[in-house]
Order: sequence, then structure tokens, then C-alpha cells
Amino acid sequence: MKAKLNKETIVDLLLTILKSTLNEIDGRVDLTEGENIKLFGGEGLLDSIGLVHYIVDVEEKLEDEFGVSVVLANEKAMSRRTSPFSRVSYLADYILEEIKLHSND
Amino acid sequence: MISMNMVILITGSSRGIGYNLVKYFLSQGHDVIGCSRSVNELQHNKYKHFCLDVSDEKKVNDLFVNIRKEYGRLDVLINNAGLASMNHTILTPLGTVNKLFDTNFKGTFLFSRQAVKLMKKNYFGRIINFSTVAVPLNLEGEAIYAATKSAIEQFTKVFSKEIASLGITINTIGPTPVETDLIKAVPKNKLEELIAQQAIKRLGNFDDIINVINFYIDTKSNFITGQTIYLGGVFK
Repeated sequence: MKAKLNKETIVDLLLTILKSTLNEIDGRVDLTEGENIKLFGGEGLLDSIGLVHYIVDVEEKLEDEFGVSVVLANEKAMSRRTSPFSRVSYLADYILEEIKLHSND
Repeated sequence: MISMNMVILITGSSRGIGYNLVKYFLSQGHDVIGCSRSVNELQHNKYKHFCLDVSDEKKVNDLFVNIRKEYGRLDVLINNAGLASMNHTILTPLGTVNKLFDTNFKGTFLFSRQAVKLMKKNYFGRIINFSTVAVPLNLEGEAIYAATKSAIEQFTKVFSKEIASLGITINTIGPTPVETDLIKAVPKNKLEELIAQQAIKRLGNFDDIINVINFYIDTKSNFITGQTIYLGGVFK
């Protein structure tokens, strides 16, 4: 039975993985800002290798828990004016879009 | 030392060097996954074959989903799939350039990118790419083929830095001509001219290749990355 797909569940998933990723990197964990957390770029919590770890873990969890396989770092993500990797909220929206797109394939 | 029971993925595994690599690693007791555009008739309980074009991103991603589900890990990737073309550059159609870059370079990129995602979990991985002595020898008639392989060498160097902290190494082997389908179309005099430029003047064979691959795979080679080893005594 796959988990229900909505923004709330995706945000929860992203925050859980972020906690684990940050623990792996250097133990800094402050997730009080929830979906407004800045992930990458500017004051983001992740450096480039941290983002690599994070994206890979997110892709795996999406496969395991929702049965969808997507490559998140695709042309669409990279060409957006506002990067989906800049905030948890943007990434959640982007993932929902990608899942919807792939379910229509 | 090479660990037992590794999971090894080999592209271009239906014939030539790739096919022989599959048979070799199966004989060593490893789990081997192969892929190529055509089927591989090889029947073995530790071999699984996928039919795909290595430059088809969706198919490649699906293959890695399968590997993760079935094996849960990947230890070694050998990017062997390759196309060759000998022609004067002036007479080379753009379609040939696209085909060569798609298979040789884009295939290597797509497989390496997805492999690292699987390998990083175990903090161990070995990626082995294929170049050619046509790169250091700057062979006439092989501008496009050598350019694709040169791209692979450069990719190997830069990517090695990006993945070193994940415990993954990536290296390249540059074989001399080996008796395979790839060189059937090469005129005999061209082959002789090429071999004359090697320090050791003979065709390569499968054992020469497997020797370098085993060196790269060896757990003790964890300090070797971003390198290209040419066979036959050819150097830049």
C-alpha cells in the first residue's frame, strides 16, 4: 500500500530526509521553519555535496513510499527562475508536479 | 584483492569485449547485469540482461530502479558500450556525430550519474570507462570517435573529484585495437600504421583489458582515481 500523495506528506518526507542528511553531514539540525527552510543557495542549509546526498535520498524515498521514479535534477528544474531546490516548499510543489506528469505518461 | 559476490553492471554486453567481460565476471562468482540494444542469449543464474539504448535516459533510469529493487546495491559499473566510425571529418555527416556522442559519451554520463546514486550508500564503488589510444595518437580519420573518447577522459577526471568523498573511484582504460567487430571495418594498412606507433607492437587482447580492469576494481586501488591507462605503451 503506497502512502497518500499531497503537499503535506511530501513536506513531511522532505523534512525527515533533511534531518537525516544534516545529521550525516555535521549534526546541525534546526527544522523549526518547516516548509520555509532554505535548502540550497544563499543561506541554504546544504552545500553542493549535501544537496547531492539529499536529492538522491529523496528520489529513493519517492520510489519506496509512492512508487514513482523521477530524476529531480532535470532540465525543467535547472531552467526555472526560482530553483525548486532553494526551499522545502518549492521542492514539494515541484515533486507534486513531476509525479502528476509521470502518472500521465 | 577483489571482494567476492560483487554486483557488476556492464554496458554493451551482447558482443565483443562486453560479452567476454560478462563471462569472465560470472566465472569469478559475481552477480552480473548486462545491457545492450540487442539480446544476449547467455543463460546463467547470476546474469540478468536488459535491452536498451544507453543514451535513452528513461530506460537507463528504469534499469537502475530495477537494480536497486533486485540487488539493493551496485559495486562496479563498466561503461563498455561504444560505437566507432572512421571517416575523414569533411565527409562525416552530423548524424554520425550525434550517434557517436549519444552512445559513447552520453551513455557513459547517464550510467555513471545513476550508478553513483546507488554506490554512495555503501561508501564503495568502482566506475570504469573506455577510451582508446586514438586519443593520444591523434589518428587521422578518427576525429569524431577520438573526440567522444576524449570527452570521456575529461569527464572521468572532473567527476572523480566530485565523487571522491563518497568512496567511489572512476578511471578509464584506453585499449589498443583488439580483435572485435569494432575494428573489422578498419583497413589493414591503417591498423599496421597504428600498431607501429605503440611501444609494444601487437594487437591487444582480452587479458590485457581485464588486467587493467581488475587493477581498478581492486579494493586496494582506493587511492587511484581520475586516471587513464593506455595499453601497448602509448602515452600523451
